[in-house]
Amino acid sequence: MKADIILAGVGGQGILSIATALGEAALADNLLIKQAETHGMSQRGGAVYSHMRISDKPISSDLIPGGSADLILSVEPMESLRYLPYLSEQGYLVTNITPFVNIPNYPDIEMIIAEIRKFPRCVAIDADTIAKEVGSTRASNMVMLGAASPFIDIEFSKIEDGIRRIFARKGEDIVTMNLDALRRGRRFAEENR
Amino acid sequence: MQKHLFLGVEAIGQGAIDGGMSGVYAYPGTPSTEITEFIQDNPIAEERNIHRKWSANEKTALETALGMSYAGKRAMSCMKHVGLNVAADVFVNAAITGVNGGLIVTVADDPSMHSSQNEQDSRFYGKFAMIPILEPSSQQEAYDMARDGFTLSELTKVPVMLRITTRLAHSRSGVVRKEVLPENELTMPTDPRQFILLPAIARKRYKGLLSNQDLFQQLSQESVYNRYEEGTDKSLGIVACGIAYNYLIEHFPGGTCPYPVVKISQYPLPENLINRLDKECDELLILEEGAPLVEESLKGFFSKGTPIKGRLDGTLPRDGELNPDLIAKALGKEMFKGFEVPSIVANRPPALCVGCGHQDAYAAMNEALADYSKGRVFSDIGCYTLGALPPYETISSCVDMGASITMAKGAADAGLIPSIAMIGDSTFAHSGITGLLDAVNEKSNITVVISDNESVSMTGGQDSSAYGKIESICIGLGVDPAHIHTIVPLKKNHAEMVQLFRQEFAYDGVSVIIPRRECIQRASRRKRNSK
Repeated sequence: MKADIILAGVGGQGILSIATALGEAALADNLLIKQAETHGMSQRGGAVYSHMRISDKPISSDLIPGGSADLILSVEPMESLRYLPYLSEQGYLVTNITPFVNIPNYPDIEMIIAEIRKFPRCVAIDADTIAKEVGSTRASNMVMLGAASPFIDIEFSKIEDGIRRIFARKGEDIVTMNLDALRRGRRFAEENR
Repeated sequence: MQKHLFLGVEAIGQGAIDGGMSGVYAYPGTPSTEITEFIQDNPIAEERNIHRKWSANEKTALETALGMSYAGKRAMSCMKHVGLNVAADVFVNAAITGVNGGLIVTVADDPSMHSSQNEQDSRFYGKFAMIPILEPSSQQEAYDMARDGFTLSELTKVPVMLRITTRLAHSRSGVVRKEVLPENELTMPTDPRQFILLPAIARKRYKGLLSNQDLFQQLSQESVYNRYEEGTDKSLGIVACGIAYNYLIEHFPGGTCPYPVVKISQYPLPENLINRLDKECDELLILEEGAPLVEESLKGFFSKGTPIKGRLDGTLPRDGELNPDLIAKALGKEMFKGFEVPSIVANRPPALCVGCGHQDAYAAMNEALADYSKGRVFSDIGCYTLGALPPYETISSCVDMGASITMAKGAADAGLIPSIAMIGDSTFAHSGITGLLDAVNEKSNITVVISDNESVSMTGGQDSSAYGKIESICIGLGVDPAHIHTIVPLKKNHAEMVQLFRQEFAYDGVSVIIPRRECIQRASRRKRNSK
């Protein structure tokens, strides 16, 4: 088993919460992990990414080699395109379609979506709307993780358990909401892949 | 055995605690900050009351760590690479005084300058000071080196450098912890004159350091972190230092590398391993993160020996961090190159947060500066450096901690009047105070704007050591209190702030304007945590 995942977004969007949930699930599955994060200057509203590598065999490099990622998982549409040089020939592109506009020259969102849809193996999902429906836009990252879950070779119940552990201290309502978000994301991906 | 999922920096923090450290001394700087933060939040550190408060700068941090070592206890000082420039004086001299309790100087380099002004390679400093250097290739090694580095320091009787780079610092992986060692007892140095670097004593101690080099070499040869890995194809031998080893092995999983490899994670370079590689192989390829330190030392001036490939002959780029792709190219391996980034994708540089007080300060400053020619604002290291970018484009310099005030003074000395310094509260405390004293002593015609957000913000909102003291520091240095002004940088105060800037820019002498409003990131964290 191997999953090389590029997580992408904008500083402040909390992409690391996805990594944490996935990391929990991988650990519970006795898998090995390496995960390189972006800290520092870019966290101030710049482009941020994380290289997340999960495998049942020892992992050497902290960075995913170019052209070999199994999945790009982006919480922002334009950011999903920035890391295409990492994607493997068979890789999936899973992205939120709600733009985060904090630059004056943000391109036409329709053109961004068109570029995303050029990929045969893509899931473009309105995670913010789904998150609002389950209770809070703050759950949108878990919608995204759900949408990516069909393409990651980890048992879905392990990912659910990971979420339970991470949000446990915030109370049962928050756990339920995030699990809801996760499941809604997964359902969307299964219906629209 | 239970594995902890640690960032490289967290592994170092845990290793230092488990190694019996009694104090960590540091100033925040990416990518080193989280070492100290990890220790600040650690229950063993709490229970043992390990010193873990921030220092005013890297120099005071390392000096304090040396003082703790003098008293027999184990200490670590952490900094980013450019922080070692600030601490260079004590760093080099501490190699000559030597240590009593174990002392580790952890330096986090930032090749590719993700969050830095340069990408200097701290191994040069370690070599310059002639002390052992440890350079982990994994989070586990980072833990082991931090834990056992104190013993190495006590054995060699000098500080040990632990050098990491951004990728290892901020990458997470499984780490197995070892037994937690006890702290050292308070003990005085056996030689009462060890730390007195009067010339007569310093000369003796320096000879001692020189003669100890043989021991350091022997320890490198015996080090568990260095090894020779057999290979059948001797057309090429590879020296892989620190994290570069991982990028190499990525292409040859499960011990399938056909070439002999020397893995280096402890310096000085182990001569026996390198000699063997040189003897057995037709060519050498040097993989090192940072500058070509190893490559240069093996190449020799006349390049008559074994051909050596690396950053100097173009096999690898001369600058920037390494990655698996660059190493594949150096080895002539073909790889799928991925997909092209569509041309419509725009750059998304970091920016000041919405609602940040620095924005209001820059808006007012720009308006007040409209009457003057451009290029008068000298700035410094911090979030406000982003004032170089649109929409502000206010500042004309960012060089090193504190240089805003002194460069403004120099420009004013040259006749550029008014000259303005823009510096943050923490940077002022770090290295701005002495420069302001110079300006006061010469009644320089400068305006110093201390944009005070009551925190060290760029690195994540740590406590600023000048908190609540800035006005009294300025008065103490001799700034005329009539020309020290504080204002809350908010849109509603814009007109007043513009007026204040105009008035003080026109004043012939040192004036200080302090726009003060808490960093909004820190404020919102505080609100979240108090819920």
